[in-house]
Amino acid sequence: MVSSRPSTGRSGDLITYQRQVTLPLDSPIIELRDVVKRYGAVEALKATTLSLGVGVNVLLGPSGSGKSTLLRLLTGLARPSAGEVLLWGQVIAPRTIGPLRRRLGYVIQEGGLFPHLTAGANVTLAARYFGWDARRIETRLEELCALTHFPRDGMARFPAQLSGGQRQRVSLMRALVLGPELLLLDEPLGSLDPMIRAELRADLREIFRVLGQTVVLVTHDLAEAEFFADRVVLLRDGRVVQEGRLLELVERPADPFVTRFISAQSRPGAHG
Amino acid sequence: MTGLRRGLLLSLLAGLASAGCRTAPGEVRVGSKKFTESVVLGEIVTQLVRSTGARAEHRAQLGGTQVLWHALLAGEIDLYPEYTGTIREDIVPGMSGDGSDDSLRAVLARQGIGMTGSLGFEDSYALGMREDDAVRLNVTRISDLRAYPRLRLGFSEEFLHRGDGWPRLKRRYGLPQTDVRQLDHDVAYRALAAGDIDGTDLYTTDAEIRYYHLTILADDLGHFPSYRAVLLYRSDLPRRSPPAWAALRALQGRIAVGDMQRLNARVKLERVSERAVASDFLATTLRIQAEAAPEGRGRRVGRYVLEHLALVAASLSAAIVVAIPLGIAAARRRRLGAAILAVAGVVQTIPSLALLVFMIPLLGIGTAPAVAALFLYSVLPIVRNTVSGLTGISGSLLESADVLGLSSTARLRKVELPLASPAILAGIQTSAVINVGTATLGALIGAGGLGQPILTGIRLDDMSLILEGAIPAALLALMVQALFERLGSVLIPKGLRLRPDA
Repeated sequence: MVSSRPSTGRSGDLITYQRQVTLPLDSPIIELRDVVKRYGAVEALKATTLSLGVGVNVLLGPSGSGKSTLLRLLTGLARPSAGEVLLWGQVIAPRTIGPLRRRLGYVIQEGGLFPHLTAGANVTLAARYFGWDARRIETRLEELCALTHFPRDGMARFPAQLSGGQRQRVSLMRALVLGPELLLLDEPLGSLDPMIRAELRADLREIFRVLGQTVVLVTHDLAEAEFFADRVVLLRDGRVVQEGRLLELVERPADPFVTRFISAQSRPGAHG
Repeated sequence: MTGLRRGLLLSLLAGLASAGCRTAPGEVRVGSKKFTESVVLGEIVTQLVRSTGARAEHRAQLGGTQVLWHALLAGEIDLYPEYTGTIREDIVPGMSGDGSDDSLRAVLARQGIGMTGSLGFEDSYALGMREDDAVRLNVTRISDLRAYPRLRLGFSEEFLHRGDGWPRLKRRYGLPQTDVRQLDHDVAYRALAAGDIDGTDLYTTDAEIRYYHLTILADDLGHFPSYRAVLLYRSDLPRRSPPAWAALRALQGRIAVGDMQRLNARVKLERVSERAVASDFLATTLRIQAEAAPEGRGRRVGRYVLEHLALVAASLSAAIVVAIPLGIAAARRRRLGAAILAVAGVVQTIPSLALLVFMIPLLGIGTAPAVAALFLYSVLPIVRNTVSGLTGISGSLLESADVLGLSSTARLRKVELPLASPAILAGIQTSAVINVGTATLGALIGAGGLGQPILTGIRLDDMSLILEGAIPAALLALMVQALFERLGSVLIPKGLRLRPDA
């Protein structure tokens, strides 16, 4: 589901921040080489080698499976106990993390909005920090509001004055402000009520499609994975059990756990 | 004083004289030098003259000997307090004659200046030691020191080098001490009180003599020249104002050395104004009701409040400047933080009175040690709240800032400090309120403030005086509290003052 053509119409002005995707689908943007992550005696992620490319990659698994740890390794917030993590072919290290982070956007679980800043100030913090001029920031803010269907006047409000769904949209805008090539989201629909959840879910898929960038999304919810994923990485107990298109997992499960996990979440009449 | 500054002052004085200051022929103009004793004497003289119905003006703290002497010669002032030793050494040096008071008078008379008899005390050089040491070693005279060669002495630079100072004193008395250090006059007092030295040079009317319980050793061989206090006056003064002149003559011999020490102490240590000290002295010693209430209650309380606020402001702002960075450091490095909090906690457990007294050997008496002690008290609450404010910030916020690409400095400035600001401000508020209360103890070490009337009230068993300090202090604490509540609504980011889900 990768759009390599510039979008037209309502979100046509986004093209300035959209990079033409020229890599083939299987060319790795993210690589893990024998990565282990231990917290004390606990191995949160066991020796893992993995490549992820353009498209929406969903890290799926029950809680404690290591999917959030994997995402944190990609942001540099966690450093591998062994092995190495590469983005765009560059190893994440203290020296490289600064420039690499400017190319990625991160939507942390529960949003992580700064309560002392207005929604607008949250979104534009990084742009102001990196010295964008006011006009460029204003333009960017307009674009992001249009993209995420967020009311422009809501930018003056503080996080405490926003609904859960609005907070998630602001958090997403903040991650997108510098026009990242890689977007990382940790349970972006986690704590929302069903109505808002469905609405945001649809909007998110559209946003991913419009941006056409690499997305890594963490969820424990099979339906979400099915809704978003070009590719699913199923984890259990710190290990990748199977990766591929969801259909492959259903049709050719690598492990009895895959079938158990899928059937436990499947409802009668759900999509096949 | 530099030649330039002296020249400026002299021309200023000359200018004033030519500008027609002589339009009030009956007025007596009193001068004084710029140290406490001279100002007190000038004030006593002024009030005494006024008590006779004559008009008098006190030009206080004009400068040093040369300035006063030239102002007297120029007719800019009519009289000022001086010391016989100074007249001999600095005003008419190399004079002929036998050096007696009469020969001094003769020399001065040629310049149209008169000199009264002694006011009753001398302010000379002397040697002093701690009273308990003097009693224990049975030392009352300088010659008694010969028996104790191991005593440690600390002298001012001037005393170590001037003609009648230590070298000649040592020869004259045959003193054997070899442990002799050069110390600043104020430092020497503290060193003596702290037991770092056993004896020092001092002036016989210093306020500190009583404060530190010192004994002055008798100059039994008559080594030190005499510095008896007298008044120098223009020869036409007795003719111009006979009643004033009569009153001034009555002052001769009335101020004993103990009186002068007490007067100096009241000004320097108790922070009573020179005017009030002078009028009290005239009332009790000469039974002259000079100036009834030298300072109304309102003005007095106002002055105490200002002094108090100055103590609080100085110590609190220093504490803020030091404690917030300390708190930031403590929040970043856990072990350093534990050490910082432990040290600050220990300081906090020292009783405030003890802490104030600990400061005396380090900083002497007065405002400086009080500010230092209050500063130490104010540090802990601010450090602790800064640490808890910073460490209480949710990890996901810090991680969001990191992944956004903010440097650690930018993260601190744009995210951490604003988020910790309510806690930090609460810490400053706590410190400020504690500070306002504790500052009342500052009066015990001569720092003034609202503790002064409380202290005097306790000493005199005067409830109204105690309340004069206690009520404003309590109100001040409430006002500081209210001020910080208001500050909170300005300094704390608006987003943090909203209720969640409001």
